[in-house]
Amino acid sequence: MYDAGKVIVGLLVFLCLITFPVWYNVGSGKGDFKPDLQLGTQEKECVAPKLQIRASHMQLLDTWRDTVVREGPRLYRTWNGKTFEMSLTKTCLRCHSKKEKFCDECHSYAGVEPNCWNCHVIPKETQ
Amino acid sequence: MMESSRRNFLKIAGLSVLGIGSGAVVGSRARGASKAFSPNPEALTAKRWAMVVDLRAGCPDGCKECIEVCHRIHNVPKIDNPKEEVKWIWTDFYEHAFPGMESRYTEEFVEEALQGSPVILLCNHCDNPPCVRVCPTKATFRRKDGIVMMDYHRCIGCRFCMAGCPFGARSLNWTDPRRYLKPEEVTPDYPTRTRGVVEKCNFCAERLAVGKIPACVEICRKVAEKAGTEPVLHFGDVEDADSEVREMIRAHHTIRRKSHLGTMPQVYYIL
Repeated sequence: MYDAGKVIVGLLVFLCLITFPVWYNVGSGKGDFKPDLQLGTQEKECVAPKLQIRASHMQLLDTWRDTVVREGPRLYRTWNGKTFEMSLTKTCLRCHSKKEKFCDECHSYAGVEPNCWNCHVIPKETQ
Repeated sequence: MMESSRRNFLKIAGLSVLGIGSGAVVGSRARGASKAFSPNPEALTAKRWAMVVDLRAGCPDGCKECIEVCHRIHNVPKIDNPKEEVKWIWTDFYEHAFPGMESRYTEEFVEEALQGSPVILLCNHCDNPPCVRVCPTKATFRRKDGIVMMDYHRCIGCRFCMAGCPFGARSLNWTDPRRYLKPEEVTPDYPTRTRGVVEKCNFCAERLAVGKIPACVEICRKVAEKAGTEPVLHFGDVEDADSEVREMIRAHHTIRRKSHLGTMPQVYYIL
């Protein structure tokens, strides 16, 4: 290989630059940052088991949305037989009343920008 | 081994196709049997919702209150620029509401028989809705009970529906409607819209779902009761032969807006 030294040094510089954000965050102590979620409710159960809701709440919300708007039914019976109104603001946000400390906390961390709130009105914090 | 490979291959292929096919059938049946979703037991249902507007009754407040209530509960912004205005229910002159049915002398009729009151207009929830036909994303669709409904999540703001609707019942949000809604006046239980989305009257589908009649009809009854007059707006199941609206259509000659266009509007006017 011609100019092996230059190429290898160049590659190393490139690697350092592209991984800089990682080193920077580790160096400044942000490496072990975890979202600090505040539930904002005394309720013990959500509309689905915790792990399921954590992994697939977005699919659930999409199903709720299409069912309510396009098919008509408005009530949802959970796996343990409880009935809830399928409503983001009236059901989800009634419990998770601190949107900024719950929804936004994790969404900002994951770099997700759901556009729910362009239209849906954030209920006033009850606590 | 090699001798029978084609035979075996076909056997396995056949079985696989059967297996995949039956899996799909079982899967779809399982989904269909899901009992997770149910309507509210108090919901009002109908085979075909329709409205009768009895213009003879004459609204004591010139239909201001029902417009105000509708726009408030649905977070419809009040924009003064007529090019950007958003409206679900509104009034217009007789000759604009029923073009082709006016003459040099209908002015006198409007003055005398209708006491000069304007005509209340809203989405006609047509049986043959052109807006539904032209919508490229099925954001506008016709429900089984006849309501022409909008799924704002799907609207891309192409405005084909506005071109298709002969009644001007649809409005585009040219700017963010929240700029025109005071935060303290926003109804939290109903979403606002966002820029680039078309909106219109939904026959209060969200109220029917919890057992309430449309807000305009409710307030119209109250206003009429207060003034000691008959209500202008009547709402019901036109497919039900015993319903109030059907009775009114049977007893009186009704006209519909631009019915010659064949959209089959379901808002009937008694003059």
